[in-house]
Amino acid sequence: MQAEGAPTKITQGSRTKGGIGESTLRPDGTLKVTGEFAYSSDMWHEDMLWGQILRSTVAHAEIVSIDTGEALATPGVYAVLTYDDLPTDVRNYGLEIQDTPVLAHGKVRHHGEPVALVAADHPETARRAAAKIKVEYRELPVITDEKSAVAPDAVLVHENRDDHHIGHVPHPNIVHRQPIVRGNVDEARRRADVIVEGEYTFGMQDQAFLGPESGLAVPEEDGGVHLYIATQWLHSDLRQIAPVLGLPEKKVRMTLSGVGGAFGGREDLSMQIHACLLALRTGKPVKIVYNRFESFFGHVHRHPAKLHYEHGATKDGKLTHMKCRIVLDGGAYASASPAVVGNASSLSAGPYVVDDVDIEAIALYTNNPPCGAMRGFGAVQACFAYEAQMDKLAKKLGMDPVEFRRLNAMEQGTLMPTGQPVDSPAPVAELLRRVKAMPLPPERQWESSEGADVRQLPGGLSNTTHGEGVVRGVGYAVGIKNVGFSEGFDDYSTAKVRMEVVGGEPVATVHTAMAEVGQGGVTVHAQIARTELGVTRVTIHPADTQVGSAGSTSASRQTYVTGGAVKNACELVREKVLEIGRRKFGSYHPAWATAELLLEGGKVVTDGGEILGDLADVLEDEAVEVEEEWRHRPTEAFDLRTGQGNGHVQYSFAAHRAVVEVDTELGLVKVIELACAQDVGKALNPLSVIGQIQGGTTQGLGVAVMEEIIVDPKTAKVRNPSFTDYLIPTILDTPTIPVDVLELADEHAPYGLRGVGEAPTLSSTPAVLAAIRNATGLALDRTPVRPEHLTGTA
Amino acid sequence: MDFLRPASWEEALAAKAEHPTAVPIAGGTDVMVEINFDHRRPEYLLDLNRIGDLSEWEVGADTVRLGASVPYTQIMENLRAELPGLALASHTVASPQIRNRGGVGGNLGTASPAGDAHPALLAAGAEVEVESAARGTRLIPIDAFYTGVKRNALQPDELIRAVHVRKADGPQQFSKVGTRNAMVIAVCAFGLALHPVTRTVRTGIGSAAPTPVRAEAAEEFLNAALEEGGFWDNGKIITPSVAKRFADLCSAACNPIDDVRGTASYRRHAVGVMARRTLTWTWESYRGTHRTTEGAA
Repeated sequence: MQAEGAPTKITQGSRTKGGIGESTLRPDGTLKVTGEFAYSSDMWHEDMLWGQILRSTVAHAEIVSIDTGEALATPGVYAVLTYDDLPTDVRNYGLEIQDTPVLAHGKVRHHGEPVALVAADHPETARRAAAKIKVEYRELPVITDEKSAVAPDAVLVHENRDDHHIGHVPHPNIVHRQPIVRGNVDEARRRADVIVEGEYTFGMQDQAFLGPESGLAVPEEDGGVHLYIATQWLHSDLRQIAPVLGLPEKKVRMTLSGVGGAFGGREDLSMQIHACLLALRTGKPVKIVYNRFESFFGHVHRHPAKLHYEHGATKDGKLTHMKCRIVLDGGAYASASPAVVGNASSLSAGPYVVDDVDIEAIALYTNNPPCGAMRGFGAVQACFAYEAQMDKLAKKLGMDPVEFRRLNAMEQGTLMPTGQPVDSPAPVAELLRRVKAMPLPPERQWESSEGADVRQLPGGLSNTTHGEGVVRGVGYAVGIKNVGFSEGFDDYSTAKVRMEVVGGEPVATVHTAMAEVGQGGVTVHAQIARTELGVTRVTIHPADTQVGSAGSTSASRQTYVTGGAVKNACELVREKVLEIGRRKFGSYHPAWATAELLLEGGKVVTDGGEILGDLADVLEDEAVEVEEEWRHRPTEAFDLRTGQGNGHVQYSFAAHRAVVEVDTELGLVKVIELACAQDVGKALNPLSVIGQIQGGTTQGLGVAVMEEIIVDPKTAKVRNPSFTDYLIPTILDTPTIPVDVLELADEHAPYGLRGVGEAPTLSSTPAVLAAIRNATGLALDRTPVRPEHLTGTA
Repeated sequence: MDFLRPASWEEALAAKAEHPTAVPIAGGTDVMVEINFDHRRPEYLLDLNRIGDLSEWEVGADTVRLGASVPYTQIMENLRAELPGLALASHTVASPQIRNRGGVGGNLGTASPAGDAHPALLAAGAEVEVESAARGTRLIPIDAFYTGVKRNALQPDELIRAVHVRKADGPQQFSKVGTRNAMVIAVCAFGLALHPVTRTVRTGIGSAAPTPVRAEAAEEFLNAALEEGGFWDNGKIITPSVAKRFADLCSAACNPIDDVRGTASYRRHAVGVMARRTLTWTWESYRGTHRTTEGAA
């Protein structure tokens, strides 16, 4: 970690122990590793019932009838609810477009859609009873891809759309379309000495968080309900839940419970409304816990995509133009599709200088599983394609792929395809230089004195090769991700900070509604409070809706935005504390009025280091508390026709070098090393930063070589909804991940920091693909790569 | 669901006779998955965990009698010399936690074509010791044990007590293709055992046909080629054309399907590659020991 380029406006007290820049440990780390952490699925309440959801067994059908009689008659069952039992006229929800029925109404649009609810005194009773509900379906033809979605006689997935995108989409089965046009591609193409085209396919990835959806709804005496829930954004949930229940928001209290990972999969509601409905109906606490099978149907996935790209370059290796068309499959409901389209289109050129672009991105409505937010959010699919294009261009020009990228790398001041200037450091060339400069793992590293060490070879202990057919490959990739919510969204956070003296010692309490999903916000908030208030003891209040919104734990935004809100609230608290000090002691020492004052080590000190007084004496019995919203710079919507606009807040960059060994005969891959270099602006907690980079890198590896939800194209049904057949990397699949962290401050951001969590997920996948192409010489235009793709047996 | 907990083998047999639909459970690594997924809901579970001798093994003169519940971890750690193919296969079963619980009896009882032990048992040559209260003990040759997809030769009142596996008289190998490097169900698997005493070769193929199968035509071809060339005596390198023909015949013995784990075409291909590689490994090992023996004589 370098201090170079540190921002000048680090406010104060950076010497405080446990402050920003230190690798303080997670308060929940040991508990999680030892299995003692209480996740949302571990909650229990006296006299509680268990909720169960009946889901559709077909992807697209009219519901002819629902017979709940036998289920209701089952001993131990307290309630069975269908669409007809919903208490108000608000019967849909959705992040942006309210197109998702709480319970299916007349029609189901995807496999696994919720149709009915059961509450019973035992989870098995609830499950049995749900199975006794008789639903008669009349099947409809399934829409599964662009061709079937826009066919002249295509069934509309949603009739009577009235959302704000319907006016500009070419077909009602298209959720949103974003073109971006800048310069003149036709003219620029004439300058090109080489042109490469590619058609790429990105498979459907699952967030595969380890803690399935779960929560506990407790009815309250005032007719309201208290929901304990694992989510990514309490206030967004609240906004969608309350109207369906017919309750004012203040009667729906929400408290975050232990979250077992999220990665975007908890941005949409899952069982929240269902649990509340059952609790209000029965008057008893209701707990719902999905099992793994249900979890695969219970949250949105990463959009699978088809991407067509054309790039041109001059013979000296400069990009002339880029034309692309990105088709994202949004599945049956909109979820975050419009924003994913915005990201995919605006980031489709990658971190490169290319002035003439013609871009189109769309998201489809189909009968496939709904897709929405997942780490990398639209930028991942684009990066996979444009990085493949960069390698194709370099090859065609006879240039080194890293050198070619560095020649075209964007830097501070480069204009995005949207016309927005990149107005903070963009060390793209430097990140590539750094990953390339790292020492390569030794050749034939699997050879040992006792022969081949199969653990180091493709196939591992499955003992498929002792070196036969094994070829090494090396590949590079770099990506660009936006940080924070874009396109004019009011992306604020709220923090409440309180300072008081307890037992003679000053204590700060930080209260936000930030969902801690593993990103490390609880650690960082305490560090910020220590730095800004010069205290050792910081209490992190549980996240709930008794404080204003903290926005979503997504888009790599929480350290930036809620961290920024905590910093801002701390600064306001500090000012108030100093004001009290001036009032009480100002007359005793002139420095109270004249010097720059800091809070350090529980004391008020001058910037020269002179101690003016104890916080205990300043505050005495007084508590200082501030609750304040904080906003980053505003953004603008993209023009619907040209895509121009200052749509993003900040960009984040990472580069990877992948080293793989491929068993070319069996098509098995072992990733040996995935080196990463990333600019994080300022590492508030270096250990957490490394953890985020290694985790994101591994998630990218997963979708490169194994992770894919397989949907039957004939029936739109999910074929592998379990960890038996949806594979995620084990520790034996996870390579060494050396990380080089750059800290070039973004002067617009708190402490100069840059969002970290997503960028490594982008470049990891194309780097692995590039390395496999390097080893095999195959084109490989889809991810994940499976053995049949490498052996001509698909 | 009733949970039957016999204290002895005799009680277990009696319970099975009384409740022929009872599903025996030992490690539970397969049965519990099925129950959790609601794929099956047996009326009775017959818990065999109180019967200690199911977790024991005896090494005899020619065979190992392996209790049905001996965990894979024990096989890996204690029977590497006697049952090298099965020990290698045990290594590829799931995770350490599951290898501590699961045993060969479960693989045989479920008779899934994807069970990791099957190719090794087929290649080594084994007999399954089953017993009923009414008719006592019988030994079912492994070649006659698998009768269909997830079906075996057991009668409803019979329980698997042990498996008798011939002690290795030559090198054995096991390979398995999965789409990640650990904790994965076989896309396909291959076991090979050289039997220098009888001058024969045996094979086993997993996950590439409705049941685990031997590649009998490939075995016959190789047995003949080895005999004809005097390979067992002269220890020559097996020619690439012989290895290729053997591999092709192993591929041809497959009758695979396309599913989410892989294509039929890939399975045929991969079984061929594994057949060629494991033949090379075992034969190189045999030549090594063969030469050593000659040198010592």
